[in-house]
Formats: sequence, structure tokens, C-alpha cells
Amino acid sequence: MRLSAIGRTAVTATLVIAAAACGGRESGGGTPSTAAAGECQGQQTTGITDTSIKLGGIYPLSGPASAYGDIPKGIKAYFDYVNAEQNGIGGRKVEFVVRDDGYQPPKAVEEARRLVEQEQVFALFQTLGTPSTTATWDYATQRKVPQIFVATGASKWGLDTAHPWTIGWQPNYVSEARVYAQYLKTEKPAAKVAVLYQNDDFGKDLLGGFKNAIAGTEITIAAEQSYEVSDPSVDPQMRNLAGSKAEVFLNITTPKFGSQALAADAKNTTWNPLHIVNNVSSSITVLKPVGFENVQGVVSSAYYKDPLDPTWADDAEMKLYKQKMQQYAPGVDADVPYHTFGWAVASSFHKAMAAAKCPTREGLRDSVRDLKGVQVDMLLPGVVLDTAQGDGFPIESMQLMEFKGERWELFGEVIDTRKEFGPLTG
Amino acid sequence: MNESPVSTGESTATVSSGSAAGAVPRARAGVARWRWAVAGLLLLAAVYAPFQLVPFHVFQLTMVLVYALALLGLNLLVGHAGQISLGHGAFFAVGAYATAIPLARWDVPHLVTLPIAAGVAFLLGLALGLPAMRLRGLYLALVTLAIAIFLVPLLKRFEEVTGGSMGLTLPKPAPPAWTGLAEDQWLYFLALAVALVAFGLAAGLLRSRVGRALHAIRDNEAAAEVMGVRLSYYKTLAFAWSALFAGAAGCVYTWVIGFVSPDSFVVTLSITLLAGIVVGGLGSQAGPLFGALFVMFVPSISQDVNKAAPGVIFGLLIIAVMYVAPTGLAGLAGRAADSLKKTLRKG
Amino acid sequence: MAGFLQQIVVGLGAGAIYASLALALVLIYRFTGIVNFAQGELAMFSAYVAWQFMAVGVPFWLALVLALAVSFVGGMLIERVIIRPVEGAPELTVVIVTVGLFIFVNAAAGWIWSFLIKDFPNPFPSGAIEAGGLTVGFSTLGVFVVVGVVMGLLYLLFQHTKIGLGMRAVSANPDSARLVGIRVGWTLALGWGLAATVGAVSGVLVAPLLFLEPNMMGGVLIYAFAAATLGGFDSPIGAVVGGLIVGVAETLAGAYVSAVGPDLKVGVPLVIILGVLLLRPQGLFGRAVVERA
Repeated sequence: MRLSAIGRTAVTATLVIAAAACGGRESGGGTPSTAAAGECQGQQTTGITDTSIKLGGIYPLSGPASAYGDIPKGIKAYFDYVNAEQNGIGGRKVEFVVRDDGYQPPKAVEEARRLVEQEQVFALFQTLGTPSTTATWDYATQRKVPQIFVATGASKWGLDTAHPWTIGWQPNYVSEARVYAQYLKTEKPAAKVAVLYQNDDFGKDLLGGFKNAIAGTEITIAAEQSYEVSDPSVDPQMRNLAGSKAEVFLNITTPKFGSQALAADAKNTTWNPLHIVNNVSSSITVLKPVGFENVQGVVSSAYYKDPLDPTWADDAEMKLYKQKMQQYAPGVDADVPYHTFGWAVASSFHKAMAAAKCPTREGLRDSVRDLKGVQVDMLLPGVVLDTAQGDGFPIESMQLMEFKGERWELFGEVIDTRKEFGPLTG
Repeated sequence: MNESPVSTGESTATVSSGSAAGAVPRARAGVARWRWAVAGLLLLAAVYAPFQLVPFHVFQLTMVLVYALALLGLNLLVGHAGQISLGHGAFFAVGAYATAIPLARWDVPHLVTLPIAAGVAFLLGLALGLPAMRLRGLYLALVTLAIAIFLVPLLKRFEEVTGGSMGLTLPKPAPPAWTGLAEDQWLYFLALAVALVAFGLAAGLLRSRVGRALHAIRDNEAAAEVMGVRLSYYKTLAFAWSALFAGAAGCVYTWVIGFVSPDSFVVTLSITLLAGIVVGGLGSQAGPLFGALFVMFVPSISQDVNKAAPGVIFGLLIIAVMYVAPTGLAGLAGRAADSLKKTLRKG
Repeated sequence: MAGFLQQIVVGLGAGAIYASLALALVLIYRFTGIVNFAQGELAMFSAYVAWQFMAVGVPFWLALVLALAVSFVGGMLIERVIIRPVEGAPELTVVIVTVGLFIFVNAAAGWIWSFLIKDFPNPFPSGAIEAGGLTVGFSTLGVFVVVGVVMGLLYLLFQHTKIGLGMRAVSANPDSARLVGIRVGWTLALGWGLAATVGAVSGVLVAPLLFLEPNMMGGVLIYAFAAATLGGFDSPIGAVVGGLIVGVAETLAGAYVSAVGPDLKVGVPLVIILGVLLLRPQGLFGRAVVERA
């Protein structure tokens, strides 16, 4: 890595000149590849051999969204564990290259091209954020590189048909909104809802999904307020929402603002709505700073196991996770849910890759769209990976939970939004 | 690798831009010859490069040209007129959207969007320059910073036009068949052509009355005014021209990336651009190029050095360049060339 | 009506936060004549230092005092080590160094303490006073009191001490100040130290309200700039009054002007900065400066 950095510095300084002076086309990467045989013949085998598979991920390690930079730590720990103790995925050791885009789309394009053209990765395993993924998926399609399990819940990854190489993983925001709507329909069928949402693709997608899901019911939106990621505080927005006296408060925020909104709700003694916080901000790390006594009865939804939830204290997968994190990622706090997320998505990749008919890019592309009730142990019991040609949403089930004491308590059945609302369509 | 003579020449050209004024005519002629030689060589290399490099590097070079364009505008304002802008990312964004919206709505040919983007940015620069010309130094920096921050939610507000926070995805210009070029190469040559025209324009502008007036303002505003330089007129003009170049950069950016969204143009971009031009070398002709290389490559070098916190390295490098080379990398390269020349003469 | 008054209270609460950082900006401007873009990040870092002391078991108030001391020393060190080499360089060079410092400090905090939100205790009781339909949290009141005290101390420092006189001389004209025997370097370092300390107070005040994470102060900075511009970059009273006006104006515009709304209220500091600079460049409380060519 260090060597390549120095090399790149040299290139930086004299790129043009050196090119003219030296001549000769630079040979790219030169990763050895095996020729695919049999029915897999003619398919792409870049970045994969009989003993190795190279993946590249793009995350914000710098800039305002850096909190998500923790995800690859969980992924790395999982692959290190699988490499060391299970001889990799089907005998192939996984190499996972992580690059930083600072949540900037042009940087994401550059890094995607670096990974594909220079690092010669087999697949892009996760790009984070809707803007960065949108900026890169045309490229992935053009180059026919799988862009697997992107870390964003925008619904377009599953709906779009022009980008067969890109697929999401986590429940899309629309499905999540449907879960809350479903809950309200039974609990508060005539509820007035106040909504705080982040003014970007994530907030708009979730809010839009919620509006669609409550269409035709007695549930109405009494007030909605947006905030910008650059805002220092959402207190003024919360003040405005409190004026609506709505019975339900839907909190569509990212972690810091989630904490602020929870705190503002707790502080306001004259307005006590049913508080629904979206999954992105439901981690214990968001609730704890607000004070557990202030967040009792808050409702949210989940699809993977929370490492801080005592329910899973004796769960085999959770125990394995905590032990292996300690072993392969010493100094990294296993209780941070981003790491758990990374672990869960990495083990999902493991299953999808192992199920691929051909050890090729095409094989992986087809495999992730042919997951049938695949169990991933870090997901909640009853939540499985399910895809088909034309269904690009691996996870569409979630379970509601309510905060009690110092933990989330799951309640009700796992809600399969496909069953309740029919398949998601554009 | 026989690149050293060439890169020395490059540096010589740089220093000449700074120190030619006081030199004796003969030396000046020598410097000018050097400069043309280097410029010619560079151009040759620039035309040759995309046929020699892998597509990924061609793409990187294209982005360097995009940033160089934006920094060229900023150099005009900051380096030549002495006005600080912490909001040039806003003009970049305006140029990008002025390209993206016609492309998305009316499917106009790509080349048509260049004058649109440059024109819109120029007019906006003119409009903002009118009040801004009355400010100076840090106050202008604050206003432009506020503009850059404000633009992001503004772009999201007018969702019907701008596509809101989801952004707009656009077709890239396709290489005409007769060229036989790949898409990356074609994009590169488009960017190169725009950059060459822009560098020519800027050089012409600086040699004209405008350039002399700007330098007078930069060096001593009060004295310039006494001498009859119409401050407001020239400052506004500098603002507008620099917006024009940033707008053109935004346009080429949109061609190359094929996607615009408000969150692509957050305030970080503006700050990075200002840091880029100061690091590259203010008021120097090579400054924008050095700055663009810095903006393009240093963040990825930073993450190679420290994966956990690339910003730590990036921040330190900015500070370090300011110590080692208060006049920027262009100035540093000039100094290096000077001492090399001396050694050569002695030897 | 009560709703409107409550909005004003919310605005004042936000304004007090802006004022606290604006005070640090004003202080460093008075001492050194520069605008420090890293001031907010330094404040955030100080809050982390306080958090770190508490995390190892130091009680709140002692942790606060320690954090203030660390910040003071740290601020002086930054001046000595980072700013000193570019002293006397063009204004822009110094600005860029503070920008580099901004990026560095932000990333360093994330590196050391991660980007996850930290639990920061509120020194003030959690309840609220309720009167006439208005709710004013104790924590908001507490911020007011602290900001007022800091403002008073700065006023005394500027107007009634020899240091205040010296630093005015230094920022006005370092060379002349040196000639009359003022230790310019020492004064500049002191300025950075004090500004870092005031920033630390701001960071500790803000942390329980905005929640501590490395980007905590990023959003506050532009409002603090607007506050300092409005009040006058050399006046502590101006910084506070400016902060409160900015806070109230922003909140009211977000709540009642539908063309602005919550999404565009970040335009308010822009309008304020631009308006003030065009109509009264020295700010409400600032002194007009006569340019010496």
C-alpha cells in the first residue's frame, strides 16, 4: 500500500511528462485469473482465482458522514475470520480493499474506477450513500462489474431494470415506512402524524413511502419539518412540530439529529406523542446520550441483531461475532451496531458468493438475484434474504420494537412488507 | 526515466512568471524562450498522454483539468485581484447545473451547454460581484462562504428544476466515430480544449488593461483608486470572470461525471478549491495546475498513509505546504529551479 | 401569541450558542487581527478533552477546569508551533493555515474518539421554568448566564487592563507595537490561548445541547460568523447581541416565513452578513476603522 502511495506521488508530479518521456502503455494490475470452464466459459474472471477473491468497498472515512466509516471494520473482521478459520469462501481467501470518498460523488467515481481498473477487484462490495452509488452505478453497468449490497436504502436499487449489476441489501426506506404505517393502522387508525425528516434522498424516500402507505387511511400528516445536515440543531423544527399537537411523531433522522429530536421531545412536557424513530437512528448509541429514562416507549423497527440488546446475549451468532471481533479487530468496539451491520452484510455476501453457479462476475450477479429464503444468522429470526429476477430487494421484512428499560424489546410478528403491501413498484 | 530535464524546464517557466519583471531584457528573452519551449512540450505531452495511459489515469487527468479550470478562475480573483472567495464551489455548482438542466430537459448537444454554463455563471458573478465589490479581505470570504452554504438547500428547494436532493443523471458526450477515440479519451480532449481556451483567455485578460488594474488593486487598493482605477468596476469584473471559469469547470465536470446532486457541491468543495489555489501558487500561471494536482491526488495519498483519518494527513499537508512554500508549490518549484540553475552555472 | 413568544425563546436559546462561539472569534480577532476558521473545531476538541477527563472519572467541574487549562495551553502552543511560522505572511496564508487546522482537528477528533455521539453531562438541571404558557429550560438559562459572564470578563479585559491595550496595539500595527516595547509574540500567543479557552467554554456549553461528535461545531460556525459580523468583529457585547439577533431572526424566519421555511433558514446568516457589511460594515457595536494606506 505504502509503495503504491509513493508511486502515485511520483505519477502526480510528472504524470504528463513521464508519459511522454517513457512511452509504453502501462500494464494494468495483472491479477492472475483462472479461465472459467464449462457452462461458465467466456464469463468474466477478473479479481478471482481458485484461491482468492478481491473486493472493493467505498465509504466516507473523512468528512461529515464519517460515522459510517465504521461499517468496513465489521466487514474486514468477518472476512479475516472466514479467511483464517474457514479457508475463505469456498477455498478463496477474501481481500477487501476499502477506499474513502468523503461522501463526495465525484470522488466515489474516481475510487470506483481505481478499484475496478487499477486494483482489478472482482466486485464492488458496498458503496455507501445514495449520491455516491447513483454516481457510480452507470459505470458498474458499463463495465459489467457487480456492485453488490450497496449501503443505502433508496428504493431505486431494486426498482431499476437498467442496472442489473447493482443491488441493495438493507430494507429500503419505503419498506421501512410501510412497517410504521402498518403499525399505526392497527394501533392508531386515525392518527395525526408530525414528521421531522432529513432534507435529502433518504429523508424524502422514507417520507414519500410513508405518505403512499397511509394513502386511503384515516391517518394524516399534521405537520412536516425538514432539516439540513449542516444545521447545528433541530430544536426550532421540533418547536414547530410541537405546535401541531399531533399524536404521533415520526423521527426520520440520522444519528446526531436523532438524539437531538429525542431529547427535544423528552424536554417538552406539553407534547407527548408516540415517538417512532427510524432504523438509522435506533441504535443504542443514539438513545444512550439522551438518557434511557427519556426514551421509554419509543418505537422503531429492526432487521438485524443489536449487539447491546440482552436478548441476544446467548445467541450463538452474536457470541461468535463478539469473540471474533475481539480476535480479528482488537480495539474495535463490537457493541457499535455499524460493525454488526458490516458483519451481517459480509456474511450475506458469503452466502451469495458460495451459492453462485459460476465463480465469475456474471455468476455473482445472477446469484444475488436468486436468493431464496437465505438465512443469515445476524439477521433477526424470520428475516431472510429473498430476491428474484425483477425483485432486487434482498431484505423486505422488519420487526417492530419498543424501548423498555435499557433495551429494545421486539414485539409482534416479523412484518413482511411484500405480503402486506404487495411488491414495491415504481 | 529521462523526465528530469523536462520537469526542470517546467519549474523555470514558473519562476519566470514571478520574477521576470525585474530581470534584464536579455534574461527575459531567455526566459520567454524557455517558457514557450516548456509550454510546447507540455502540450505535446498532454496530447500524447491519453494514448499512453490506462483509462483510469486518463480520467484522473481529466479531473485535474476540471479543477485547474476552476482554480484558474479563483487565481484571477484571489491571486490577481487579491479578493478572497470561500464560495467558488457555488459557481462551480451553478455551472454544473446550468449544464445538467438543459441536458436533462431538452437534450441539447453537449457543446451548447458550455456557453450556457459559462454565461450563467458570469452573470451570477456579475450580480453577486456588485455588492461583494464593496467588501474586502475577510468580509468577502465570509459572504462567499455563506453563499456556498446557502446554495445546497436552495438547489434542493427547486426540485422540479434541479431534481432536488436525488440529483440528475445525464448522458456523457459520445466520441464522434471519425475520431476513433474511447469515451475517456474524448472527454479528456474536450476538457483539454476548454482548459486551453480558458488559459489563453485568462492570459490575454491579464495582459490587458484589466490585468494591470487588478494588480494595482491587489498591491494597494487606496493608491490604485487615487491613480484613477475604477475599483468597483474592476473588482466586479474580476469576480464575474472568475465565476465564468468556475462555471465552465462545472460544465466539464458534468460532462465527465454524468451526475449532479446538491450534496456534490457542499462547502467542502469551496474550501478545498481555495486551499488548492493557495497551495498551488497564487498569481502564478502554473499555480492552478499545481493546485489541481494537489486537490486531485493529495486526498487519495492521504488515505494511503492513514486509512483511519485521511483528514489528519490532508490538513497537515496543507499547513506544511504553507510553511515550506508560502508562495505555493509553483513558487517552490521556481525556487528549486533557480538554485539548480545557479549550481549548473557554477559547475 | 404564546407560540410566537415561545419561538423567540427558542431563537434566543439558539442565539446564545452562536454568541458563545462568536465571543471566541471576536477575542482572537481583537488579539491577532485574523479570523480563525478552526475556532469551532478547537471548541469541539476542548469539549472532547473535558469528556475524556470525565470518562476516566474526574468530576464534572474539575474536568471543566482541566479542559479550560488544557485549552489555554493548547491554544498558546498552536500559536507558537503552527501559526508562528506564517506570522507576517499575507492574510490569506494564515487563513489557509487555519483551514488546514480545521480539517486536521476535525479528523483527529474522529480518529481519537470516533464519530459516534458521546454522552455529555449537562451541568444544569434538566427541568424548565413555565410561566404564561412559555417554557424556558434551565439549561438554556444556564447558557445565558455563562455567556453573559464570559462577555463581562472579556469586556473588562479589553477595556480595563494593560493586556487589552497591548493587544489592540498589536493587532492594529505589530511593528509599531514592537517598537514601543510590547512583546508581540507573547501577546499573540496569549490571544490564541484565551480564545481557545473561551471556545472551550462554548464547546462544553454546546455539547449537552447539540450532542458531542466531531462535526458538532461545523454548523454553528457560519452563524457565529454572522453574529460577530453583526455585532462588530471587535466587540464582545456585539458578539452576544449579534448572536441573539441571528438566533431569533433565523428561528422566526424558519417558522413564519413560508418562502424561507426550515430548509432555507441558513440563508438568514447570509442576508445578515451581507446586509451589515453593506449598510454598517463595522457592525452594531464595532468601531469604524480608518484605513491607513
